Amino acid sequence: MINYFPEEVLWHVFSFLTSHPDRNAASLVCKSWYNVERFSRGKVFIGNCYAISPERMISRFPRVRSLTLKGKPHFADFNLIPQDWGGNVYPWIVAMAKGSTNLEELRLKRMVVSDESLELLAKSFPNFKSLVLVSCEGFTTDGLAAIASNCRFLRELDLQENEVEDRRGQWLSCFPDSCTSLSSLNFACLKGEVNVAALERLVARCRNLRSLRLNHAVPPDALQKILAQAPQLVDLGADSFVHDPESETYNKLKNVMQKCSSIRSLSGFLDVNARCLPSIYPICINLTSLNLSYAPGIYSKELVKLIHKCKKLQRLWILDTIGDKGLGVVASTCKELQELRVFPSDLHVVGNVAVTEEGLVAISAGCPNLNSLLYFCQQMTNAALITVAKNCPNFIRFRLCTLNPTIPDAVTMQPLDEGFGAIVQSCKGLKRLSVSGLLTDQVFLYIGMYAEQLEMLSIAFAGDSDKGMLYVLNGCKKLKKLEIRDSPFGNMALLADTGKYETMRSLWMSSCGVTFGGCKTLAEKMPRLNVEIINEGDEMEGRPDDRQKVEKMYLYRTLVGPRKDAPDFVWTL
Amino acid sequence: MEGVMSHESDLNLKATELRLGLPGTEESTAKNNKRASPELVDDGELFKLESDAKAGDRETAPASKAQIVGWPPVRSYWKNNVHPKKTEAETGNYVKVSMDGAPYLRKIDLKIYMGYSELFKALENMFKLTIGEYSEREGYKGSDYAPAYEDKDGDLMLVGDVPWEMFMSSCKRLRIMKGSEATGLGCGA
Repeated sequence: MINYFPEEVLWHVFSFLTSHPDRNAASLVCKSWYNVERFSRGKVFIGNCYAISPERMISRFPRVRSLTLKGKPHFADFNLIPQDWGGNVYPWIVAMAKGSTNLEELRLKRMVVSDESLELLAKSFPNFKSLVLVSCEGFTTDGLAAIASNCRFLRELDLQENEVEDRRGQWLSCFPDSCTSLSSLNFACLKGEVNVAALERLVARCRNLRSLRLNHAVPPDALQKILAQAPQLVDLGADSFVHDPESETYNKLKNVMQKCSSIRSLSGFLDVNARCLPSIYPICINLTSLNLSYAPGIYSKELVKLIHKCKKLQRLWILDTIGDKGLGVVASTCKELQELRVFPSDLHVVGNVAVTEEGLVAISAGCPNLNSLLYFCQQMTNAALITVAKNCPNFIRFRLCTLNPTIPDAVTMQPLDEGFGAIVQSCKGLKRLSVSGLLTDQVFLYIGMYAEQLEMLSIAFAGDSDKGMLYVLNGCKKLKKLEIRDSPFGNMALLADTGKYETMRSLWMSSCGVTFGGCKTLAEKMPRLNVEIINEGDEMEGRPDDRQKVEKMYLYRTLVGPRKDAPDFVWTL
Repeated sequence: MEGVMSHESDLNLKATELRLGLPGTEESTAKNNKRASPELVDDGELFKLESDAKAGDRETAPASKAQIVGWPPVRSYWKNNVHPKKTEAETGNYVKVSMDGAPYLRKIDLKIYMGYSELFKALENMFKLTIGEYSEREGYKGSDYAPAYEDKDGDLMLVGDVPWEMFMSSCKRLRIMKGSEATGLGCGA
């Protein structure tokens, strides 16, 4: 009967479908649902910009208003991918400009964005409202000036951890006086000076400003003036904080902070004197999100004092200088904690012993709502992981990183297979997992057996044989992204189930056992996969021997064949 | 992107060899040495794989000091901001300067001097003394003082024998020797 619903009804029903997996599922039901869905989809998510072409995206979703694109593979974050690999957004903007798309929002991650792209973006879409760039590169403050000057209805300019060349221009001054619509402005990643007076005026006239993250160049005195103009802020990031607790600026800041009763999220503190932290105590009680991962200047004692006041915290990002004892305080204070990230203050294996399995166990005991974890630690034990699994069965994301990548259980010297096994067995909703430490094929047996909802898995220096990888490929039915480095998986595992890769977004393998021959075989068998080999150095003259091991392989499903913008060092087989 | 030098091919092969052991075989900790094959890289991060005091006799991965690209897996942007690489240009090359008989030591930044003569002028000013003329054969003639330095190997050397650049990179501390000790250091017989 449902086939005979008039389109208007379907349309109305679909307007309640917001998540793209739901919409994807609906579009597969029948032709008429496919058509209604595609015309009604406003938000398009493309997890791999090379899986589809801009033209085809536009022709399928002509009413797209919001586009999310991801470019480089995840391991690009860790310098495993050379410059100029690709992921350029320009063709997408050109295509949408040509197609008269009514683009309002663009969200990019790990893409290359040129000033030219930003200028074209700014001039082509009169209703453009929101630009979010995460871990991107290739643009300068000139591009930002174009956005500021031309996007009359800009609501959101959110720059997170991008590499931006600062041209010392006056990009902030390019926001015209008529711009009053900003609700979110984040330029914390810019290195250069900003026109502070222009910033103050901008904040003063944007009464809807909810989120403001400033860079290091905005001095504490200006911060205080800005906060006085924007007591309605919900999210604040400030890198340049007060230094002198005796100063006038400190007093003013303390007073103005007391009025900022709406602030729920705080970040920054790159440059801070811990003795000035009491100025933010008044807002701590309301904080739900605190990011101190860029604050190496705050020592453990001060950190603990601060956190002790943050009873409503749901998200905490912190450096491991907090120590196990500090994590104990978090556990007893932050009962509503859902997400915890503990970053390494010392990148060496042997440094100041920071956090160990004890801190993690304490957190798991005190924070039963914990569902997302990123934990860099000196050591771990199976017993601890088993306890954590019992205490917190709700993990959706679990990423553990031992600073020594192949360290065994600190007490028993055994591999950490059992510990991670307990995690996957207990956390039935686990979607993302990163494993580390000494691990054999056994851990992959467990993952394949129990991690039914797993979508992303990161493996490094683990496993003994092809069996390990096979357990995962055979067992994890919902796997979308698999990234493996420095593990002994070879052609046998790679080629065992080639159809599997069409059900996944991508596979990355570096410093493993796969050979050119194996990759070629795979590419020949699966025309709808792009099998890319990254060759660095000059070993690649002429045809390499089939038996030669491949340094870096990245394969992904695609509907548009080999990409045309691959640089010299990328071979698509 | 900093250059990534892959380690010699045979080490990579070793690390990625397919094992033919039976499933469920007890893994000996010696396996560690074979599995991890860190790519050597020149990004200035030392990944020390020594056991620390807490570990006792805990087994660790390959005993060699190796640098692993991309480990620990932290975003480069975050790493560059929170763990900035201190280049030599920023930190200077400070060395301690002791003078026999002086109550406390001083520190100078070798980077700011263009050569030996500027260094000597600075030392003369700092310690109110004169350093004589340097000659290869006779060391420092014309004064009771001889500038010496401790090099990377811990040996006490006379300042001035090697080119300035070489001196800058090998000098760990300076010592202004005087009196009879100084005469033994290359001064005329």
